[in-house]
Amino acid sequence: MEAIRKHSFSDMGIMLGRSMRHIFRSMDTIITVTITPIAMMLLFVYVFGGAIQTGMDNYVNYLLPGILLIAIASGIAYTAYRLFMDMQSGIFERFHSMPIAHSAALWGHVLTSLVSNAISVVVIILVALVMGFRSAAPIVSWLAVAGILALFTLALTWMAVIAGLSAKSVDGAGAFSYPLIFLPFISSAFVPTESMPPVVRAFADNQPVTSIVEAIRSLQASEPVGNDIWIALAWCVGISIVAYFFAMRVYKRKTA
Amino acid sequence: MHDIAIHVTGLKKSFKTTTVLKGVDFTVQRGEIFALLGANGAGKTTLVKILSTLAKQDSGSAKVHGFDVLDEPERVRQSISLTGQFAAVDEILTGRENLVMIAKLRHLADSRRIVDDLLKRFDLTDAADRRVSTYSGGMRRRLDIAMSLVGKPNIIFLDEPTTGLDPEGRLEVWKMVKELSITGTTVFLTTQYLEEAEQLADRIAILHEGTIITNGTLAELKKLFPPAKVEYVEKQPTLEDIFLAIIGKKEEK
Repeated sequence: MEAIRKHSFSDMGIMLGRSMRHIFRSMDTIITVTITPIAMMLLFVYVFGGAIQTGMDNYVNYLLPGILLIAIASGIAYTAYRLFMDMQSGIFERFHSMPIAHSAALWGHVLTSLVSNAISVVVIILVALVMGFRSAAPIVSWLAVAGILALFTLALTWMAVIAGLSAKSVDGAGAFSYPLIFLPFISSAFVPTESMPPVVRAFADNQPVTSIVEAIRSLQASEPVGNDIWIALAWCVGISIVAYFFAMRVYKRKTA
Repeated sequence: MHDIAIHVTGLKKSFKTTTVLKGVDFTVQRGEIFALLGANGAGKTTLVKILSTLAKQDSGSAKVHGFDVLDEPERVRQSISLTGQFAAVDEILTGRENLVMIAKLRHLADSRRIVDDLLKRFDLTDAADRRVSTYSGGMRRRLDIAMSLVGKPNIIFLDEPTTGLDPEGRLEVWKMVKELSITGTTVFLTTQYLEEAEQLADRIAILHEGTIITNGTLAELKKLFPPAKVEYVEKQPTLEDIFLAIIGKKEEK
């Protein structure tokens, strides 16, 4: 038992290495995760942007947080997909019949989700810089942004784990992410919520994406973040805990 | 304990409304090839899953390599290796990467040499650096079994290892299983092909409707039936003989 505990981090590292190879060897995952949000950013900045009044001079600055969230929401669809494929292929059974920590196989997928989404976030920020994104925020603010994005990724990843473990088909495994990809559109990510009709606005103001977007935007602009950051953190941590609880229940039921 | 690889008594398992195992008893000696024969849905896979700690029985006990599957699953896992019904290989990795991954997970020193040896032994050296998605069914199965041999486990479970393979692939698997038992590894094999059990097994048990209805060596099982009559029958080559002969000739060219 002790030997297993001692190795569980290196086991997770091996699982991470395996899934990362999957990501880099299937170009379509990289394309969907980074190119689509980048295309959306181009579309909103150079096509719709002129007609959108945000109260900020630089629309790329305004848009970027929402684009990053869309990228993460589409990225975790692949987390569910990869997990589903492992359940189907029997490779999870092989891992579980080996003397390695039972959770290593699952945590490998969770880590992969965090790392791969971090990569796509960095790529999108680089493109945004080319398009005129500027921020004079100190390193501490950027660390806070990174932390919020990591927590958001983690929350969605545990939801993806539930979907990946309980899906009956490949399509089902990825389908749960579509509403998540849409959430940023009904938030302050692209346009201020003031312009929306009352009912839509009430939803937009009170859903997680708005507080996360506002918190990131304030951090990037070195402005006081106010309550948004605490609401954002509460959403991310809350969703993570609830989703983790259900994911582990499904995992135990499926593999015990 | 050291002569007995697997010892199962009164094993029962049911799923919701169906009872799959209704009290299964058998013993597998160390180093033998034990074939569990049964029709589709007889409960062979359920039994393998319980023995490899992937599922828990409702009642009864199972000891693998001297360890109880419920009390000491970690020790059981250290003693066994499972080759499931569907090839448990990573399609996106190469054959070599698959083997290296398992060697690392088993924390073996000198994993490179072990992997090279297995690739050679399973005739996969040429394909080692190709992605598994390009492999044929037989190659995939060979890699699958090679992965199970990394770290030399004492007991190997092969759940329907030849289902879905072409005749050549099946012969390859048979050859490997025979070699395994020469090295002293215990092989627990499930199959629905009578011929497979006859070719390979030291001991054959038949699982039918949730219980073991017969258990013995091939010679013992044959004794249960009336002695063979001597008849003169012209031996026609089977289609399989013809197929293999033609394929063999082609490869010689």
